[in-house]
Amino acid sequence: MSLDPATIRRIASLARIRVEEHEVETLQTELNSILGWIEQLNEVNVDGVEPLTGGARMAMKMRDDVVTDGGYPEKVLANAPDRNGDFYAVPKVVE
Amino acid sequence: MTQLTDLTIVQARDGLREKDFSAVDLTLAHLNGIEALNPRLNAFITVSHSQALDQARAADKALAAGEQRALTGIPLAIKDLFCTAGVRTTAGSKILGPFVPPYESSVTANLLRDGAVFLGKTNLDEFAMGSSNMTSAYGPVENPWKRRQDANAVLVPGGSSGGSAAAVAARLAMGATGTDTGGSIRQPASFCGLVGVKPSYGRCSRWGVVAFASSLDHPGPFARTVRDGAILLGSMAGHDPKDSTSADMPVPDYEAACARGVKGLRIGVPLEYRMDGMPGEIEALWRQGLDWLRSAGAEIVDVSLPHTKYGLATYYIVAPAEASSNLARYDGVRFGLRHDGEDLRDLYERTRAEGFGPEVRRRIMIGTYVLSAGYYDAYYLRAQKIRALILKDFTDVFANVDALLTPTAPSAAFAQGENMDDPIKMYLNDVFTVPADLAGVPAISIPAGLDVNGLPLGLQVIGKVFDEETVFAVAAEVERAAGFTALPAIRAGG
Amino acid sequence: MGYAIEGTTGTWEVVVGLEVHAQVISNAKLFSGSATAFGAEPNSQVSFVDAAFPGMLPVINRECVRQAVRTGLGLNAHINVVSHFDRKNYFYADLPSGYQISQYQHPVVGAGVVEVQLSDGSTKQIGVTRLHLEQDAGKSLHDQHPTKSFIDLNRAGVALMEIVSEPDIRSPEEAGAYVRKLRSILRYLGTCDGNMEEGSMRADVNVSVRKHGEPYRTRCEIKNVNSVRFVMQAVEAEAQRQVEVWEAGGTVQQETRLFDSARGVTRPMRSKEDAHDYRYFPDPDLLPLVLDEAWIEELRLALPELPDTKQARFMRDYGLTAYDAGVLIAEKETAAFFETVAKGRDAKTAANWVTGDFFAALNRTGGSIENPPVSAQNLGKLLDLMADNTINGRIAKNVFEAMVETGKDPASIVDENGLRQVTDTSAIDDAVARIVAANQDKVAEYKSGKDKLFGFFVGQTMKAMAGKGNPALINEALKKALS
Repeated sequence: MSLDPATIRRIASLARIRVEEHEVETLQTELNSILGWIEQLNEVNVDGVEPLTGGARMAMKMRDDVVTDGGYPEKVLANAPDRNGDFYAVPKVVE
Repeated sequence: MTQLTDLTIVQARDGLREKDFSAVDLTLAHLNGIEALNPRLNAFITVSHSQALDQARAADKALAAGEQRALTGIPLAIKDLFCTAGVRTTAGSKILGPFVPPYESSVTANLLRDGAVFLGKTNLDEFAMGSSNMTSAYGPVENPWKRRQDANAVLVPGGSSGGSAAAVAARLAMGATGTDTGGSIRQPASFCGLVGVKPSYGRCSRWGVVAFASSLDHPGPFARTVRDGAILLGSMAGHDPKDSTSADMPVPDYEAACARGVKGLRIGVPLEYRMDGMPGEIEALWRQGLDWLRSAGAEIVDVSLPHTKYGLATYYIVAPAEASSNLARYDGVRFGLRHDGEDLRDLYERTRAEGFGPEVRRRIMIGTYVLSAGYYDAYYLRAQKIRALILKDFTDVFANVDALLTPTAPSAAFAQGENMDDPIKMYLNDVFTVPADLAGVPAISIPAGLDVNGLPLGLQVIGKVFDEETVFAVAAEVERAAGFTALPAIRAGG
Repeated sequence: MGYAIEGTTGTWEVVVGLEVHAQVISNAKLFSGSATAFGAEPNSQVSFVDAAFPGMLPVINRECVRQAVRTGLGLNAHINVVSHFDRKNYFYADLPSGYQISQYQHPVVGAGVVEVQLSDGSTKQIGVTRLHLEQDAGKSLHDQHPTKSFIDLNRAGVALMEIVSEPDIRSPEEAGAYVRKLRSILRYLGTCDGNMEEGSMRADVNVSVRKHGEPYRTRCEIKNVNSVRFVMQAVEAEAQRQVEVWEAGGTVQQETRLFDSARGVTRPMRSKEDAHDYRYFPDPDLLPLVLDEAWIEELRLALPELPDTKQARFMRDYGLTAYDAGVLIAEKETAAFFETVAKGRDAKTAANWVTGDFFAALNRTGGSIENPPVSAQNLGKLLDLMADNTINGRIAKNVFEAMVETGKDPASIVDENGLRQVTDTSAIDDAVARIVAANQDKVAEYKSGKDKLFGFFVGQTMKAMAGKGNPALINEALKKALS
């Protein structure tokens, strides 16, 4: 599966990472090389195999419905690069 | 009298109790070492002088009152992937900016609960992605070990926990925390002549650890002896209700397990770990390790883990996929670096382009791709099925043996700049370590010998899930038999 | 025939599926311990987990799971003992982690059904495909600043149930009835307050059109419609729009649209990116959700009586029509009010008074059923006073208004105002005689065939008796006097 420049740009867009035009070719080479190397997995017969999703295989524990967190707006906002009063601020979005 | 910085944790514990020295003495000795050597080694990104001394003073108070917990007064280094309250945390990246966490990770909270002193935050590959510490936004780390005939070559400590490994090896800390996702504790341990412990998945909480690949991240300790490693793991481990993947199991006495011996144990030798092009000395060391165990009363058994060779490729689908999602929160809105943009999308794109290094970007893009529409089945789903097969290999084998012995890394530490031309070359460093991450089984690397250049080589013990005790027992035997006493050229007081 | 749009090229039917997002009633959020209460100061109900700080992890709230299961049971749906959580990945300012934890291929609840009643008296079953749990997003304010949008994460992480219907709906009326019924079920169960104005329940409306017998054509999604009325209007507006596009020879584009309630039309949403490649994958921070079958059964046994069952019981036990019963059971509290009034009394009378005078008073005073202008007990007592002929129906209405105004019980009002009905036949005969004598011309007209004038005589007699005459006795006396 070979990635073309359009695909590189689409992936970068999905990932929200700006890629300059001059970087596309290098990325193409690197990513294609990695994906090419990964192709070896196609040799494996996975018929009837259930996918594994993690090392922990226990039943998920559930929390009690009690308010134990939140209520510290100052702390939650303190690190914001752009803050306006009690809000995070971002460039205006038009919907 | 041994220098304070050459003591093991066990010796320091005894010395503190016997009042041979104080906790402040111990911490000062390490801070002096850091001051002398860190400018060169770059093992620490942040050194927390005053906090460390405050903690040491508190430790002395406790000791004076007759209270000594597992790690009272023991100075440790913390990989800068663990969020430490009030101390800047970078994850080795620019994108976190000046972020100071308002919370303490569960693992480091456990260490503090047990009285440890934190010297500072150690350098790492950016977001734990790497095997050499070369991708850090805070500069590379120098391995304190030097090649015998080539004192000029600057070697890598391995990665991603390169800073932690270098710090402990150079005697700038008595122990350190790391995380192991593809081998990031064990491989640097092997490169730096240390004990590196990757426990079972879920054994140590991930709460407060900057996430790289959620199903593969394993917090664990570095130490200079197996017993020290056991003490550290005993403190770090434990169920955490704030982490849904945390194992609800009691923490056994790992220190005691180190003394068990290996009589009657069956040790497996997986044939697939004998790879083409493996350096002769590593093969020889491996055989020697098996002899040691045989002499100590273990039975050596040939076994097969048929899907071993697919581990790396499997890892390089699953880890980037999870990372691409875990790193989406670094967007310049609520904390960290922000690069302004014309609109919201531009803000995201510029912030992330500026904040992430090339390896992180590569992996996020691979991850985004393998999860994207049309490719999920062919890549991610398939990789998770192969992962199930890799786990099944281990489970089947462990029905018949108690532990496995393998090499840790396919080479000794290489020089900075080597293996950088092709990402895949770097990935191959993890060929022996990755399967244990995928399966979530415990594994320890022990320094077992030196290569022809005088650089450390490690052997790896792999065990059954949640059976760290057997792994410690075998590791302790390998350590005893190996009698590894070599010291790195660059070290405190050296 | 059913709802249809007559076009130039033929008759079109509309196909509608609804995705309703209902906020779960719980104290804390789905995966964090922050509070969920509406109307708090911005960012005051936000934890580091909600704000997606580094190293934060989700832990599921048992109550949210319980509420989702109860809702599934209330929809007669299959409960999946094992379900999984997945990440839905996309970037937006109100989504701090860059992904929403949702359920993709393995939701907690499977197929169910909602029965709706239509105005022509027919009922229809609308299939429910599934119900799953997911996180709500925060809120963006775009109108507080000239160049910036402000983000409040209070709502981020609140539990939502997404309830997806089969595309079984075929008219605006059916769409409205479905949303109303669903809302009613959720309120009965106490799993969602159904407050669409406040946003605790929202509908995404999927609309397509086709000629009869055709396979499905392209559909458009109209997002975040926040009232039943707007749902119906949006269906109508969008169906019309699509028919026009097809008939003009064009093709309806699959897109996401918004309903502009002021103009009564739908328009495309501005943000058109990446056609939503959400890259779903199982959330590696969570384990599969495994439910205990005994627990599910306990929940089933403890469910309250639901609208359909209550309505059937009201029809059966109180002899009410489907319509009247339907009106009374729309809200659980109203049904309870009615049952208090109706206990030991004539059900139809009770129903008439509750749906008539009482509802009118409720609207007029802006009261609520929890804080009613007249208590159920007092209304019942009013009915008793009519039943034993203490007062007549006309007077009763006045007494009722006085009850609304003063809050007093009916007996006191009747006594204080001397409103007892007059049943003394000689008094009635006297009044009748006076009226007949004073209206000889009308008497003659009546006797010559103008039957309608009887009402005039009744009215005049009643007036002469200050409204307190027993109507039946007045009728009898008049008939005799006018024969």
